[in-house]
Amino acid sequence: MEITVKQENQILTVFLKGELDHHTAISVKDTIDMLLVKTPFKVLVLDMAGVTFMDSSGIGLIAGRYNRVRSIGGSMKIANPSFSLTRILKMSGIEKLMKII
Amino acid sequence: MQPINRTKIEFESKSANEAFARLVAAAFAAQLDPTLEELADLKTAVSEAVTNAIIHGYEQKPGVVKMELVLYPDSIEVTIEDQGVGIEDIEKATIPTYTSKPELERTGMGFTIMQTFMDSLDVQSAMGEGTKITMKKVFHKK
Ligand SMILES: Nc1ncnc2c1ncn2[C@@H]1O[C@H](COP(=O)(O)OP(=O)(O)OP(=O)(O)O)[C@@H](O)[C@H]1O
Ligand SMILES: [Mg+2]
Repeated sequence: MEITVKQENQILTVFLKGELDHHTAISVKDTIDMLLVKTPFKVLVLDMAGVTFMDSSGIGLIAGRYNRVRSIGGSMKIANPSFSLTRILKMSGIEKLMKII
Repeated sequence: MQPINRTKIEFESKSANEAFARLVAAAFAAQLDPTLEELADLKTAVSEAVTNAIIHGYEQKPGVVKMELVLYPDSIEVTIEDQGVGIEDIEKATIPTYTSKPELERTGMGFTIMQTFMDSLDVQSAMGEGTKITMKKVFHKK
């Protein structure tokens, strides 16, 4: 899983590239949590344009980051999920928690 | 209907094998020329069952996961088996959002995804003996 980051006007965007499963979610989680601690931001955007596969491990990752971001007063958005990712996001209720753009 | 092809693999309960297992399932199913969406559904369901075997069945300790794939003219049957801790209450375990491991950021969506993405799901389990998941996916449904 490839992770790149952009920070602009209090918006922290994390771009993910690859397959998001239990195996890859572990390092993605650690990387994002580190960023959340050391970067001042108001909005976390998870850009999933490059994510070619996601299962329930991705849902857990998103829900976990959402709780963390909320606890420090920020908000979160998901950007550019593919058709099949959108189906999983809808099924899991993530879509009701945050904006999908 | 008679099976037209069959394969069985065994692998260690390591998270790196989650991608391996779903790629094997997709490659085998490709013989039936499924749509990309059907293949994506199959890969996701396999990933859920294998991840469950690793995280819950073997509780991230060493073990062996078995996967059997049986092709029929119009469908695939996937069986994923572990000899781990087993499921105490299958009915409860399959309720959407039920998870026994919230501390590992699990959200209890695995069985719901398997049910939604496949055409049938059967769960057999015994405490201390293990769990066997059998799922079927019909391709080119009209
Ligand atoms: N192979 C297994 N062995 C033992 N217990 C299992 C197994 N598979 C599932 N379970 C039990 O069933 C519960 C529900 O499984 P399910 O896949 O729906 O959710 P989860 O794995 O907890 O979360 P998620 O799949 O969303 O990450 C698990 O929390 C676990 O208690
Ligand atoms: Mg699961």
